[in-house]
Order: sequence, then C-alpha cells, then structure tokens
Amino acid sequence: MSIRIEQDTSRFRQIVRGRVRENLRKYMSSGELIGRQGRDLVSIPIPQVELPQFRFGHQQAGGVGQGDGEEGTPLGFDPDQPGEGDEAGNLPGQHILEVEVSLQELAQMLGEELELPNIEPRGKENIESRVDRYTGIRRVGPESLRHFKRTYREALKRQISLGSYRYDQPTVIPVREDKRYRSWKTHYEPDSNAVIIYMMDVSGSMYNQKKEIVRLTAFWIDTWLRSQYRKVEVRYIIHDAAAREVDQNIFYHTRESGGTAISSAFRLCRDIIRKDYSPTEWNIYPFQFSDGDNWEDDNEKCVRLLADEILPYANLFCYGEVSGPRGQSQYMRILNQVGGEDKERVTTTTIKDKDGIYGAIKDFLGKGR
Amino acid sequence: MSLPPELYEVQVEVEAHARHYGLDFFDTVFEVLDYKQMNQVAAYSGFPTRYPHWGFGMDYLRMSKSYAYGLHRIYEMVINNDPSYAYLLVSNKLVDQKLVMAHVYGHVDFFKNNMWFAGTNRKMMDEIANHGSRIRRCIERYGYEAVEEFLDVCLSLDNLIDIHALGIQRRPDYYRHGEGDGQAGPRNAVRRLRSKSYMDSYINPPDFLQAQRRRLEEQDVRKKRFPEDPERDVMLFLLQHAPLADWQRDILAIVREESYYFAPQRQTKILNEGWASYWHSTIMTERALKPEELIDYAEHHAGTMATSPGRLNPYKLGLELLRDIEERWDRGCFGKEWEECDNQQVRRQWDRKTGLGRQKLFEVRRIYNDVGFIDTFLTPEFARRHRLFTYEYDRRTKQYVIDSRDFEAIKRKLLFSLTNFGQPLIVVQDANYRNRSELLLRHEHEGVDLKLDWAVDTLEKLYEVWSRPVHLETVVQEKPKRYSFDGTERLEESL
Repeated sequence: MSIRIEQDTSRFRQIVRGRVRENLRKYMSSGELIGRQGRDLVSIPIPQVELPQFRFGHQQAGGVGQGDGEEGTPLGFDPDQPGEGDEAGNLPGQHILEVEVSLQELAQMLGEELELPNIEPRGKENIESRVDRYTGIRRVGPESLRHFKRTYREALKRQISLGSYRYDQPTVIPVREDKRYRSWKTHYEPDSNAVIIYMMDVSGSMYNQKKEIVRLTAFWIDTWLRSQYRKVEVRYIIHDAAAREVDQNIFYHTRESGGTAISSAFRLCRDIIRKDYSPTEWNIYPFQFSDGDNWEDDNEKCVRLLADEILPYANLFCYGEVSGPRGQSQYMRILNQVGGEDKERVTTTTIKDKDGIYGAIKDFLGKGR
Repeated sequence: MSLPPELYEVQVEVEAHARHYGLDFFDTVFEVLDYKQMNQVAAYSGFPTRYPHWGFGMDYLRMSKSYAYGLHRIYEMVINNDPSYAYLLVSNKLVDQKLVMAHVYGHVDFFKNNMWFAGTNRKMMDEIANHGSRIRRCIERYGYEAVEEFLDVCLSLDNLIDIHALGIQRRPDYYRHGEGDGQAGPRNAVRRLRSKSYMDSYINPPDFLQAQRRRLEEQDVRKKRFPEDPERDVMLFLLQHAPLADWQRDILAIVREESYYFAPQRQTKILNEGWASYWHSTIMTERALKPEELIDYAEHHAGTMATSPGRLNPYKLGLELLRDIEERWDRGCFGKEWEECDNQQVRRQWDRKTGLGRQKLFEVRRIYNDVGFIDTFLTPEFARRHRLFTYEYDRRTKQYVIDSRDFEAIKRKLLFSLTNFGQPLIVVQDANYRNRSELLLRHEHEGVDLKLDWAVDTLEKLYEVWSRPVHLETVVQEKPKRYSFDGTERLEESL
C-alpha cells in the first residue's frame, strides 16, 4: 500500500509555518513561546487551521449527556472539546494545535520577517578550526568504516565480469579487493563562536514588567545569534549598585532593590571578556538593559569603560532602555554621544512596552554585525 | 498483503459464526497495519488513494500525537465497498482481532443491508482512486496552489448537500426542463372552449377564467424565480449554474460525490456502531470466546462502551437501545395493549413470550437511520435507566450545566443533534437576487444560530465559486439578519 501522507503533512506544516510567520509579531510580544523551547525545538500553540463552514454556534445548542447529577450541576467538561472516542453529534471542537518548529527555523522566520542581514563573523581568517567530513571512498580503511553497499556492488561487478555470477543462485561474496571504505577530508572552517553577555539593571525601579520585556527580548536575541554561530555561550550579569554574575534562572527571576551603578556591570563584563573570551577567537555581544536611571557621575565612568575597554573587543554593543514614563534618560543620551571609530558598534533603542520588542530586535540585529 | 495464518484462521471462524447468525455481508478483505499506517489510512477516511490535501496531513498529525500520548487508538477501520476492506491494527492481541473482526462483520452487514446505504457507490475504492488521479492531473496542469485554493473552497461548502437526495428523486424532470412549457402557446392566454356567443358565459364562466388566469400568472412568477423552489443541494446548484472552469467543476463534483458517499455513515453512527457492537458481543460471548480470553475480551469491550462521566457514547447508546428493543420484542412489550397499560407492576412482569426480538433487530437495521431509530425506540424507561439528561450553556456561570431529565426534552435535543447530521439547513433561495444574478442563501433557522465568524468566512469562500456578490439570510438572537460579501466588503444588515 503506497501512502502519500508525507506530502500532505509537509504541506500542512508549510501552512502552519506561514501562520506562525504571519503572527510572529504577536508571538514576539507575548511570552507564549518562552518555556516551550526544548534543546532544538520550540512548540508553538496555534489555533486550529480549519476550513470555515456553515455550522451551529455550539453554546446555544446544548446537547444530551449521560450520568449522575441534579439539574444545574455543572458538567465538569467542555462538550466542545471532543473526549476519548467519537462523540455523538459530530460537533467538531476548537482545538489548539501545537506545532513544533526548530529554533533554526524560527530564527529563519525572524530573519525574514525583520529583514535581518546575516552576520559576518569578525576576523575569520584568524579563527579556523579543523573539521573532518566523511565524503570520500577509498580502498583501505578500518572495518568499522566499510561501505556495505559499495563493497557489494564492487563484488557483484567483479563476479559478473568474471562470469562467476549465477543468476539462478545469486550469491555475492566480496573479497578483499572489493572492499570500499569511507574516508574523510579535512576542511578548515572559520570557527565562529559567539558569546552573549547580558547585563541587566535590577535596581528598585526595574519592575517585574520591565524584566519580562528584557526576558522576551533576550529570547529572540538568543534565537537569532544561535542561528548565526556554531557555538553560542551566554553569560548573565545583574547589577544594582554592585554587579555580580548569575545563572539564567536568577537573571530572570531575581528581585533586588537598591541604587544603581551601571559602571559596576561594565567592569564585571570587561573582566569576563578578559578572562574567558579572547577577541581573536570569540565574537562578543554585550547587551545591556536598564531603565537608564543612573547617577550622573557614574554615567561618565560608564562611557569611559565602554569606549576604552569593551567596545574594542565587541562586535556590537546594544543598549535597550526599558523606559518608564520619563522618556529618554540622560544615560542613553550620553551613550549616543560615544564618538570615535567604534561609534557604529553602539546601538541604543528604547522599549516602551512589549510591542516595542519587535522594533528593538530590528534595531539591535539589523546591522549585521 | 494477505493475513498471517493465525489471523486467517480467526477470520474463517468468525465469518462462519457471523453467517450462522444470519448476517449477510460483502466479501471482506482484512489487512493488518501498524499504527502509523493505521493513522494514515484513518486520516484519509479509509482511502489511502485520496486526493492530496493538507487537511488529511493535519488529521494525521493530530492522530499521531494523541496516539503517542495514549489518548486514543484505532483498533479497526472498515470501508463501505464491495468487497469491503477492513484494516486491523498489528499490535492488537489475538482476542482483540477476533472481537474486531466480529465487529467488522456487523458493520459490513449493515453497509450492505441498511437502506440508507443503498444509494452509495460500492466501488468507492476505485472511484476515490480515480478522484485522486483526476485531482493530481489538475495539479499538474494548473498548479498546486490554484487547485489547493479551490479545494479549500469546495471543502468549506461540502456540508451543503441534500442528505435525502440519495433516497429520493427530487427532480425527475430536471433534464427535460423546458420541454413541457412549449405547448401553452402565448403566455397568460387562458384557453377557452369553443362556444356560440350566447352560450359563452356558461361554457366559459368568467369566474373560472379569472381563476385560471391567476393560476397561470402565479406559475409565471414562479418561473421567473430561479431556482423555482428553494434548492437544498447547494453544491449541485453551484455545479450546474456557477461560472466555473471545467477543472473547477470537476473538483467541485468530486468533493460533492465524496460528501454524499460519507453522508450515510454520519447519519447512522449510533445505529451502525450499536449494531456492530451487538454482534461482536453476541458472537464473542456465545461462540467465539475461549475461557482464557475472557478477561482480555471483557476489558476491551468495557473500554469501547465506557462513558466518561456525563458524555454520551454512540457505541454504548446504540448497543443498549438495540438490546432494549430485543428484550421488548421478546417479551412483547409493544403494541396498543402495552402502551395503554400504566400499572408499573404489570409492566415490569410483562411477558407474552413473543420471541420476536432478533427478527425485530434485523428489521431495525434494514430501515432506520439514527433519527428514526431514536425517534421510534427511545423510551422514557430507557432514558431513566441510563440516566440521560440534557445540558445547556449557562451564560451566567459560563459553563455547561445539566438542564433537565425530562424525557421529551432529551429526545428533542438528541433528535435535533442528529437531524441533518446536526448541521444547519441552508438552501439556495434566489440566484438572481435583486435581478443582478447575486446569490441569496437562506438558513432555515430552527432555534440555534450559526457560528457567525465562520458563516461570514464561508460566504467569502462561496464568492470564489459564484463570482458575484453572495448573501446569507439567517437569524441572530431572534433578529433576522442578512450577511453579504461582494468580493471586497462584508456587510451586515438587519431585516
């Protein structure tokens, strides 16, 4: 029985992806996708793709059930959702369908939707790694790499040409000369590793709502950069008046309060880069999120640290201001004035609310660095 | 793929049992599938050669997922065809296979003998393969996108058929349309009998002439209406009158034909499943079951009959109703005398030893569909014994609550949910609406409103077929409304 379901499922997946792409903006500003990602897959809930028909609205219709209960007892289930087995009445319910999309694919959609340029890794001539690819065939090799099909083909060829192959008794016996082995070629590939260093202000003025915005933005940045580099490491720094490095969980959930000294985070960031990420081997992405509520004299320190000790090593420095009602902060104005040759590597943007995430991602990643 | 020997033996055995009981079925070809294949076949409603459409892929993915989570499995599928095809799940235990085969023979007997299936194509396997290749050819010629788009449109409309059309000929004179009109001569001329002038008022009385004239005028008006009478087979109407390309017409015809083919199965769900369950339990418990298989059988049977709290299970409902009928006709609990007896004591012990139960069941399987089955045989006793109730949506608490255990209400609700397979009745009212060849559909409102967002979306699809503005008259919260789509804009008017 030949079955053609593959064609239909892949077409369906295509349609679903179309839906996801159409609604990407909505997904970007809602937290729905986060917490749904596995190692490589994100599971995205979409409303059932169904063809409309003239049907009854269910709620008015009611129906017939079976079991105990007085008049007025709630049913304890939703008759619109089909249970096990077929139900009488043939009313199809509204299902929520979960589709699994690979992170790679999600990044691709993001890229297409936001028209993000692919990133050209820095200094690729310096950073190379050896990669072995099994693409060739040769006559010698370890048995573990023996190519079964080729070996038998050779044996068959030999037997036919020698006339020893008997069609009524088709036995093929390879001898040593027939054996074929897989062999590898070594390629040198630009090794493109990246590290993302997130710095977040957790001072008293950063409410949970603002942190949620940071979280969402970071998810999409991760998704994109992971699709661009072979290996991506992520480090997290939180700071109020003092900075410390934390893990992902704490980064998103911590509730701190206190004053603000952004320079403390920069200092820590610089130390991390110095210690672990040689700029010749790593593409470095510091992202900073704050509401910009910083001390005037600290602002000066920040700019110096940034210009002298971070920017020279970073591909890109992004600052997202999760703004409050007061509009652009003094801190952001000063950042925008960073001069010199590294100027174009600084990107700043304001994220007013969740809908602003879309624009922020475009600003951050739109430069192709 | 032929059956493995141990299953073949089972088939021979079960088939003999089924014949012994007088079941009368098509030859049945069993095939064993693994769960993936089973889900695939099920996604295509049993026909692996159906035309390509993403909807089948969606169903397949959904079934695979719910199989993976252990929410449901398909033990068996059976196709109404001659010979009939039945698919068995490879992982079933032998006793399961036995039960399933007995069940299948019940279905096939039903397909063959129930009169609602009489009009279905018994070579549907071939026909559907044929449909598949016709649509694939369209795809090659006109492109995947175009064909898919049109298929989507057709599938949106595929419930707009006249489910009784299989049984009755509504238009005996459709193809001779127009022939009969010729002899009338000039329109509106009332024929007079020849008479002398002084006799005229007696031979051709003015009253009579007047009445004749009116009748002709009425007929004329009717003829100007198009269609003359509201048309329930909306798909047929579109097929005949919508401005479509040949390949589109072909696709529409295919979708309509398949819709008609599947209609009786939806019309007889309860009775058909009940009948098959009746036979699997009868054959298994009376003949086929070995002592060591009892537990497995009981578990499987109980699983099929299980009602999750509050829900109605068609297998269970059908089986219990059939058993009730058998018992009543065995004991003679029918007829005038029984109806008029209101002494509960006497009723309980009623036994006329009529022994007509089995015979009655065969009659039921021949002539009823679900509507008739419920209407005729659902009794207050049965409803009470099985604790049936109606439920309603409570707007205040925003949940469904039990509404009533009143027998009449239960029966009404149940019948409503089965009539026209629980779908709204929509007719073509006027195809020359406003004298601008716009299409007016009318929803015959019977107390339940349409799902409005879908209705308007469907109108848009309909526009793709009709190519002129389309309208739908319906009732929303007791107010008559008209929804329209003219190719660019949606319009809603109160009437």
